[in-house]
Amino acid sequence: MQLPKSLQAFLQEAGNLAAFTGRFFREAFRPRYEWREFIRQCFIIGYKSLPLIGVTGFIMGLVLTMQLRPSLVDYGVEAQLPAMVSLAIIREIGPVITALIFAGKIGSSIGAELGSMKVTEQIDAMEVSGTNPFKYLVVTRVAATTLMLPVLVILSDAISIYGGYLGVNIKANTSWSLFIKQVFEILDFSDVIPAVIKTFFFGFAVGMIGCYKGYNSKKGTEGVGASANTAVVLSSLVVFIIDLVAVQVTDLLGLN
Amino acid sequence: MKEQEQAYQSTQPTPQDVVMDIRDLHIAFGSNVVLDGFELQLHKGECKVVLGRSGSGKSVLIKCIIGLLKPDSGSITVMGKDILNMDHEELDKMRMRIGFLFQSNALYDSMTVRENLEFPMRRHHIDLADQTAEQRILEALENVGLEHTIDMMPVELSGGMKKRIALARTLILKPDIILYDEPTSGLDPVTSREIAHLITEVQKKYKTSSIVISHDMSCVHTVADKIAVLLDGKKRAEGTYSELAKSDIKEVKEFFE
Repeated sequence: MQLPKSLQAFLQEAGNLAAFTGRFFREAFRPRYEWREFIRQCFIIGYKSLPLIGVTGFIMGLVLTMQLRPSLVDYGVEAQLPAMVSLAIIREIGPVITALIFAGKIGSSIGAELGSMKVTEQIDAMEVSGTNPFKYLVVTRVAATTLMLPVLVILSDAISIYGGYLGVNIKANTSWSLFIKQVFEILDFSDVIPAVIKTFFFGFAVGMIGCYKGYNSKKGTEGVGASANTAVVLSSLVVFIIDLVAVQVTDLLGLN
Repeated sequence: MKEQEQAYQSTQPTPQDVVMDIRDLHIAFGSNVVLDGFELQLHKGECKVVLGRSGSGKSVLIKCIIGLLKPDSGSITVMGKDILNMDHEELDKMRMRIGFLFQSNALYDSMTVRENLEFPMRRHHIDLADQTAEQRILEALENVGLEHTIDMMPVELSGGMKKRIALARTLILKPDIILYDEPTSGLDPVTSREIAHLITEVQKKYKTSSIVISHDMSCVHTVADKIAVLLDGKKRAEGTYSELAKSDIKEVKEFFE
């Protein structure tokens, strides 16, 4: 029996991505280590994403609080607003929304950058210059996205909670210390740790898919555009799939 | 007969002068046979042009020489060493002695001209004092007449300037052999002539041996000591410009009309 062409293409793509990921692990732990480029990538990927992540985090906290309030007022549990908002942000909304924004900004930029380097022979030029381009371009970027996304998510969560505090104060008068007390009363390590752990996987997926799409970009400017686009679409989808798996795992471990 | 050809013929190369020997090279991509028993010899100080139509496998040939593509069979010996059976480390050492000018220049967009020139030195672990490294960069830029671009980004340069900077980057390691992939492609006729003269100047100044891939006959006429014509994956003819211009082979003659 012959598999449908679309399924064959999907399986081939999945196989290629798996092989690319396997190569990452083989290359990542073998010298020579590209520390200088890794630090440069951490700066570009982490530090330069801060304003976007900060602004979206702030709006996320503010809007979530304003949307939740009427429902909680209806049930007469308005006092639980800080606890509800912080729990939602830390456990789910913060990591997922930040990862999606990260996929849009970083996934597309990695896909386009490596794609254009590929079509203009810059990757070949690197190889000729005594550089392993996979180590220099892929390993450093994937390591940087894996390490930087959790940091960005923690910062975004903190800014979101501050946004939530302002949201609470639009129609009520709550002090910062009372708000924070309520937040920390409800939050547990079992809320924070699994949420942070899954962001390492989100970051890894965004970096890996962006690099895979860019590194295997087809010739021409159309190929570069397609690489950037599919990098975002695929990494956003994978973020949701990882999230689904993470929820199941934390549930099985009794951490929910 | 041009002056360069006369000078070349007065110093006929000997077998001991061979710096590159390509034998029975075969490479195919699926059912598309690109090189089918190609043979070529390059002598010390010689500039050999590989002439062929678009898609005839010229670029594939020089990518095989530099180790970016692995041929299916055949041998490539460079300065007495078999390129195809080298490990990564040996190949990197050999690449220090072979410069490659890419068709698309391949300047790193995210780096300045200075960083572009520094990159091969840094990556090949050439430990030079800062002052010496700077001197080498300036010398390479001086050779191509673009010292003032040292702190510019590639995006700020014109097509001809990019080509010159790419040549400066190739020269920074002072290679013994330089491979030029379509050095005048996409350039206007005046700039093409300038680049062709620059190739000849570099050849004389650094006494390099070169392989130039091209189908720009004006450039071929300026730079070539000898020309090898690549047709159907094989070397169909070889000789000087004036010899091949008189060739009886129809496909060869067509290039010179």
